[in-house]
Amino acid sequence: MSGERRSNMRRVVNESGIEIKPVYTPADVEQSGGFSFIGEPGAYPFVRGIHPLMYRHRPYTMRQYTGFGNAQDTNARFKFLIANGQTGLNVAFDLPTQCGLDSDDPLAHGEVGRVGMAVDTLRDVEIAFDGIDLDKITVSLTINGAAPQLIAMYLAMAQKRGYDVRNLRGTAQNDILKEFIGRGTWIYPVEASVKLVGDTIEYCAQQAPKYSPVSVCGYHIRESGANPVQEMAYGFCIAKAYADEVIARGVDVDEFAGRLSFNFNVFGNIFEQVCKFRAGRGLWARIVRDEYGAKKPESLWLRMIAGGGGGGLTFEQPEVNIVRGAYYALIAALAGAQTTALCCFDEAYTIPSEYAQRISLRTMQLLITEMGLADTVDPLGGSWYVETLTNQMRRNMEEIMADVAAQGGIKKLIAEGSIQAQVSAQAYHMQRAIESGEFPKLGVNCYRAEQSEEVDVEMHPYDEEDCRRQIAALEATRRSRDAAHVRDTLARLRDDARAGRNVMPAVVEAVNAYASVGEITTELAAVYGRYREPVKF
Amino acid sequence: MTRARPIRVLLAKPGLDGHDQGAKVVARALMEAGFEVIYTGLRQTPEAVARAVKESNADVIALSSMAGSHVPFCEKLTPLLENAGLADRLCIIGGNLPKRDHAHLRQLGFRGIFPSSSRLDDIVNYIRDNVS
Repeated sequence: MSGERRSNMRRVVNESGIEIKPVYTPADVEQSGGFSFIGEPGAYPFVRGIHPLMYRHRPYTMRQYTGFGNAQDTNARFKFLIANGQTGLNVAFDLPTQCGLDSDDPLAHGEVGRVGMAVDTLRDVEIAFDGIDLDKITVSLTINGAAPQLIAMYLAMAQKRGYDVRNLRGTAQNDILKEFIGRGTWIYPVEASVKLVGDTIEYCAQQAPKYSPVSVCGYHIRESGANPVQEMAYGFCIAKAYADEVIARGVDVDEFAGRLSFNFNVFGNIFEQVCKFRAGRGLWARIVRDEYGAKKPESLWLRMIAGGGGGGLTFEQPEVNIVRGAYYALIAALAGAQTTALCCFDEAYTIPSEYAQRISLRTMQLLITEMGLADTVDPLGGSWYVETLTNQMRRNMEEIMADVAAQGGIKKLIAEGSIQAQVSAQAYHMQRAIESGEFPKLGVNCYRAEQSEEVDVEMHPYDEEDCRRQIAALEATRRSRDAAHVRDTLARLRDDARAGRNVMPAVVEAVNAYASVGEITTELAAVYGRYREPVKF
Repeated sequence: MTRARPIRVLLAKPGLDGHDQGAKVVARALMEAGFEVIYTGLRQTPEAVARAVKESNADVIALSSMAGSHVPFCEKLTPLLENAGLADRLCIIGGNLPKRDHAHLRQLGFRGIFPSSSRLDDIVNYIRDNVS
């Protein structure tokens, strides 16, 4: 290339702040750290994938986020998705459930069953999974503040149906630290919240060793404004905070690290995204091996869901979101994710219709059936561009993590609101860059519709009657249960919380007595207090 | 026209919705435009919002709602504002607001409606043009 043409060349810097060259050669890989930290699939440092055969052995699990109304409504949608070939479930709970409130709490007014399924007692969980084979379909619970209750209810439901919880698989999101950064379904103060995550990890390690009690989320931090390397680096800082909590109790790292799972976002530049996952896999393996001294290979695995993120989708020309979703699914497959899911094309407008959910599901299936994405492991591995960028992104993640440590650690930075302030500042600058046209976004600042078009989206109906039925069912459960036994279990729960013991055995006992989500929250909040949000800009 | 003090905006997150990225982005845009912004944080009840408006004597009440409970929330908030003698304040709302709800929100006094995809400068200009 002539010098003149090179000087006219458009400069490209990716979202992670790395300048992208027009051509890569082996010299770039060498300069970025070389080929030494790549390895083979299924072997340390697992950059190419955590299993030797990856999708050739088992394709990614497809797990759309679903839930609305009450347990009956949601059970019907679960069965629709399973009938259409979905291989896992990801449960959406309504906001009262997520915030640890009962459906008849005054704060739940107008919110029951609106953005997810309402759960008050074990009875709702029994109905939600009725007729679903929990050995064939693994269930992921998107629950955080109220995770102790919902994990306990899920295990209790499975046990009542005759499953051995020692062999039960499944995942709870249960990543409270990211809720303080984005998503906002916190309940208790930061320290107590981390203590509860520790309780669930410790309890599952002993009682339900195949269950994944935590899915550490970079996903929502990215949605809140973080760039891809921050997304992963902050996620790892949070995962380390949970690991430290459990190890401080004397639990060996190999007893739980293999059951930690992760949830990351997919939107943006294809290569940057794929390299983010490859870089993250290597970095996590090194952290768990070298910093924590883990011995078991599976302790080093970055097991993850890579979900096509709403942050990349647009309100404008929503049909184009179907195409975006196809690329996001492609990225997740190229990146070697264990599980994928996609936000649906209509999601900026409504809870997805069955029609939209099926399009997302078919998109993920298509890559396996027609496009060859399940045939060969890490097909981009060995590309000079991809290996260079993987090395560079890993180094950026390490720098961000070192920075967090130098500033006092992730718990401190979250408690004082610093991480929140930083990502929201970035979200603001990104919004300005989109509005000015500096950051191209199709349909928003370029290739806009000529005139405003009527958008053809089927709006999800909200049924007020569902809310009344939910409250009536809760009242019926309260009447039918053994009130004295419920009181005893709640008293034990408060005692355990006050004494600093692991509260999970008492939570399990309480949910089995049909104590409600809200009653259990009340007991824990009486001991731990409630979080007060720092508002910082 | 010159004002004795900057336009004061009470920006609130109604109900249990925890999606505050949009609210915080709007808060920054309003501050950059020279407005005084009081951001409540998450989990505000209608009573808390009305109280905050009264205490701050804000000129503008701005709600950011992403999780669909905007109509029941505003149905409770509007009479509280009226009873507190705050019905003269400019009420605006942004977020995930389906078209079918816009007429109802206007009826409840929310004159400025800014659904997802609204531009920051449009929100700033609307406030400037509508606060006397």
